[in-house]
Amino acid sequence: MSLEKLAELLQYVFSGLTNGAIYGLIGLGFSIIFNATAIINFAQGEFVMLGALMVIALHSLGFSLPVAFAAAVVAVTVMGLVFERLAIRPAREATPISLIIITVGGGVLIKGLAMLIWGKDAYTLPPFSGQEPLVLAGATLLPQSLWIMALTIILVVGLEAFLHFTILGKAMRAASYNPVAARLVGIRVSQMVQFSFGLSAALGAAAGVLIAPITMGVYDMGTMLGLKGFCAAVIGGLGSIFGVVLGGLLLGVAEALASGLISSGYRDAVAFLILLLVLFFRPQGLIGRRASRSS
Amino acid sequence: MSASAMLSLQDVGISFGGLQAVKKVSFQVQAGQIKALIGPNGAGKTTLFNLITGMLRPDHGLISFLDQPIQGLPPFQIAARGISRTFQIVQLFGHMTVLENVMVGRHLRTRAGLLAAALRLPWSRREEAAIRAQSLEWLAFVGLPARADDYAANLPLGHQRLLEIARALATEPKLLLLDEPAAGLDMTETERLKDLIFAIREKGISVLLVEHDMSLTMEVADDIVVLDHGDLLAEGPPRDIQRHPAVIAAYLGRDWER
Amino acid sequence: MVRYQRWLQAGLFYLLVAIGGSLLPGTYYVTLLNLIGLHIIIVLGLNLLMGYAGQISLGHAAFFGLGAYTSAILTTTYRVDPILSLVAGLLLSGLVAVIVGIPALKLKGYYLAMATLGFGIIVAIALQQMDWLTGGPSGFMGIPPFGILGWQFQTPAAKFFLVWALVGLILCLSLNIVDSRIGRALRAIHDSETAALAMGVDAQRLKLQIFVVSALYAALAGSLLAHTVNFIAPSSFGFMFSIKLVTMVVVGGMASIWGSLLGAAVLTVLPELLAVFHDLEVVIFGLILMVVMIFLPRGLVRGLLDLWEFRRRKQQGG
Repeated sequence: MSLEKLAELLQYVFSGLTNGAIYGLIGLGFSIIFNATAIINFAQGEFVMLGALMVIALHSLGFSLPVAFAAAVVAVTVMGLVFERLAIRPAREATPISLIIITVGGGVLIKGLAMLIWGKDAYTLPPFSGQEPLVLAGATLLPQSLWIMALTIILVVGLEAFLHFTILGKAMRAASYNPVAARLVGIRVSQMVQFSFGLSAALGAAAGVLIAPITMGVYDMGTMLGLKGFCAAVIGGLGSIFGVVLGGLLLGVAEALASGLISSGYRDAVAFLILLLVLFFRPQGLIGRRASRSS
Repeated sequence: MSASAMLSLQDVGISFGGLQAVKKVSFQVQAGQIKALIGPNGAGKTTLFNLITGMLRPDHGLISFLDQPIQGLPPFQIAARGISRTFQIVQLFGHMTVLENVMVGRHLRTRAGLLAAALRLPWSRREEAAIRAQSLEWLAFVGLPARADDYAANLPLGHQRLLEIARALATEPKLLLLDEPAAGLDMTETERLKDLIFAIREKGISVLLVEHDMSLTMEVADDIVVLDHGDLLAEGPPRDIQRHPAVIAAYLGRDWER
Repeated sequence: MVRYQRWLQAGLFYLLVAIGGSLLPGTYYVTLLNLIGLHIIIVLGLNLLMGYAGQISLGHAAFFGLGAYTSAILTTTYRVDPILSLVAGLLLSGLVAVIVGIPALKLKGYYLAMATLGFGIIVAIALQQMDWLTGGPSGFMGIPPFGILGWQFQTPAAKFFLVWALVGLILCLSLNIVDSRIGRALRAIHDSETAALAMGVDAQRLKLQIFVVSALYAALAGSLLAHTVNFIAPSSFGFMFSIKLVTMVVVGGMASIWGSLLGAAVLTVLPELLAVFHDLEVVIFGLILMVVMIFLPRGLVRGLLDLWEFRRRKQQGG
């Protein structure tokens, strides 16, 4: 294989890993909520969109990037908590199909509100540390990609540490494995549920902020991103943090390679094709355990 | 091993994770027999039922029915061959009426498919009428004709168990598996159940039942198989089983002295 | 009893529509009624799948699209007879339903929802990308009207008659299926698949059959859409429309034929009414979805009946 071809492939891999990290973060949001409540939150993508548009809005008001980042994440986290309180909590007894419709409705509502506030325009955010692409083995790599991958690693490690080493994290895990037993030892399961929504919203918002310099912020960016993040979660295995991130990275790279080498029009279809393959041949995901939740 | 055995288990075993639920069980049910499967909780009785009816696949061993191997076949095919069952925890079709529950039992022996149903072809309408009539007969047989239009979920437990039996009988089985049919029944209901089991045998249907109610078992069974921790402990007529030392020890503890 | 109740209700609704269609002024209302009719056809099939067989499909817009585009492409580009094109569309959708259904229906609950979601999006993207065949995102124009043996359904009245005659047919077929041995078996699977299997019901095969039937209904509706609106675009056959279809089933009330009629009607008319609000339309639609699902989870029909019962009991003293 020629050096140019190798460089081209590497290019796809870089951009694939970048997108993949984002899919992984979004997928983690799905995974956390699913593990806590057996609900698929179809509004997850909209938290990503909100994160992107909020950080852009705050930054344009004069706040520095780090401050805007943090503030946007906090704001969207609050929105996630509110969403759980208003839309999910009243419907806890509902069937899975009802919950799917509620979260989709919620997503549509949020998207509609975003359209009212921000219109249909695309807004830009300056990259965290400059525009100059780096060159690595003949392939270009945006500095923003490094930020994305580095922060994703930090967030994922932080999440694992939180879930395994803090009381709150352990309580969340307990509530997700066995809500009845968790209640018996004094864990407020409904609080854990609300918290999981907040956490997922935070992760989604972070993903939105990270990707905004590359893809720009638009009111409808959330839908496809959300669905792809969801694919990443299922591909990797809903029960495993490492699996979801791996699923995201694999998805990103597969998408980039298919788009570059075969056809760019079907780019979006790649995620769902892989989703179908995984569901049909290995529904527990690449890493996931076979055991089913007691729901 | 006699060739006239209707149901035959040979060295059947299954384990879940590390637990051997059924170790190496062999026994037979003869045609026209009422056989009981007893044993302390966790002995593997319902697991055996699930193995026979195809809900589980044994790790090793042979299960044959009417000289044909059936282990590993899916449940609906085993039902088609003539084995039907009731469940330890009643599994009725709660949103359907009592009559409709039994009518589902007739599904196996009837043919009207989607096309015939959608077009309401004359032969399918005749079949529907026959299904209805036969189901009412089975309801009368078990003693439930008055409740035909009630919703199954609204029935008291005793009637629910009878309904499950009617539904299973509607499939025209040759062998009926009853999983703790007396559980939760009072004395009168248990008496009626006893009479019903005999009436079922009169119809030429063999019965294999799992039961904890010892007096019912002793009165109804021709032959008893005793399981404990997945092993076959003893097999024989009720009188022998009652005196069997290993059985007494398993049920009542080794300190019991007779 | 139950059977005659169903036929009576459906018959009444049908009469209302027939009268309404002939009395209402202007083609706008007739077109809207036609759209309601098409949606009813799809929802009746989806209800058999979701309400009776207990499965979930988040990708049914795909079959709608396959039916629409097959009819459109064959009759317009290749000048094939409309009835043959319709049959081709049905065959294609049926085939795809079998291929997707066999592995997908082995999955349960959420996994099945995910698989149908993925399938639906793939088809939507394909319809958009194959622009040499489908005309791409800008849509496919100039579809001829439906015709039988030379007679064309060109006028609004003729189109209304065509759509609603077929709605009547599908309604009859569906009512028959629900009241039959198959309908019982489906409801049995829904209530306790374990027991249904133990009674000899071949659940996998039945689920697949109903999946295919629901796909055929949707494809039929798609073909009719193409011939009555004479223009189709991929955006009508995407994820959001699949969700809308599911919502029509649930809002109307699952396992209720009457509910399907109501759900389809309400959710087709609602966006039209909301269009007055322009940009707020999407927000209000999302809000209504959520509110109805949260407070009337068993659907409008049962939910309102439950409310009625509740108030009546309260009045009687308690």
